[in-house]
Amino acid sequence: MKINTKYQGSIEIADSEIIRFEYGLPGFSDEKRFVISPFAEGTPFFILQSVDSPSLAFVAADPFLFYKDYDFTLADSAAEQLEIESGEEAAVYAVLTLKDPFEQTTANLQAPIIINHRKQKGKQLVLDDSPYGTSHLLIIQPSQLEREG
Amino acid sequence: MLILTRKSQQSIQIGDDIELKVLEISGDQVKLGIHAPKNIEIHRKEIHMAIQEENSKAAGASAELLEKFNRQMRRTSDS
Repeated sequence: MKINTKYQGSIEIADSEIIRFEYGLPGFSDEKRFVISPFAEGTPFFILQSVDSPSLAFVAADPFLFYKDYDFTLADSAAEQLEIESGEEAAVYAVLTLKDPFEQTTANLQAPIIINHRKQKGKQLVLDDSPYGTSHLLIIQPSQLEREG
Repeated sequence: MLILTRKSQQSIQIGDDIELKVLEISGDQVKLGIHAPKNIEIHRKEIHMAIQEENSKAAGASAELLEKFNRQMRRTSDS
């Protein structure tokens, strides 16, 4: 099927690519179907695009790229909901809040997106007792990013 | 809002599946125990609100800004 997207124009997706978020995301509880794909080659950005609302998409990234020691426990109830049997089945993404300049962009480490790609089920975890907050500056080596202009 | 008065160790029942029990009262702190089906999300309200808010902010990023950052990243990886 063809869907309109916020960042990637009109794209063709297969039903098998649709990830079900059974309870939506906090603040977006009606949004239950998403697709995720890299924004472009050679960038760390992924786009989590709502299938049903073209204007709703989140920019996400692999949190371990920026926070090597990032660590949290996947509650049994969440693992069960996503049918995750072992840790390797869980893909982890952090939602980014883009701010200009890029150095002010933050990652939400308190609410990682977990996706079981084998079952195409996803969920945004809410970590209650966590040392992480909702907006962490990205830790980037200066050589990784040149300021434009 | 429905208001009920409870003492320590007393509960309220919400529907068939959810029990909210006052476990301990100490000064201005109340310790609550909650029995609920696993599919019911239970979080401290301020955390849930903070995440809703951050999600709304995150969803507000413009396509132009993402394009710009993407160009920056790409240029860096080329060099």
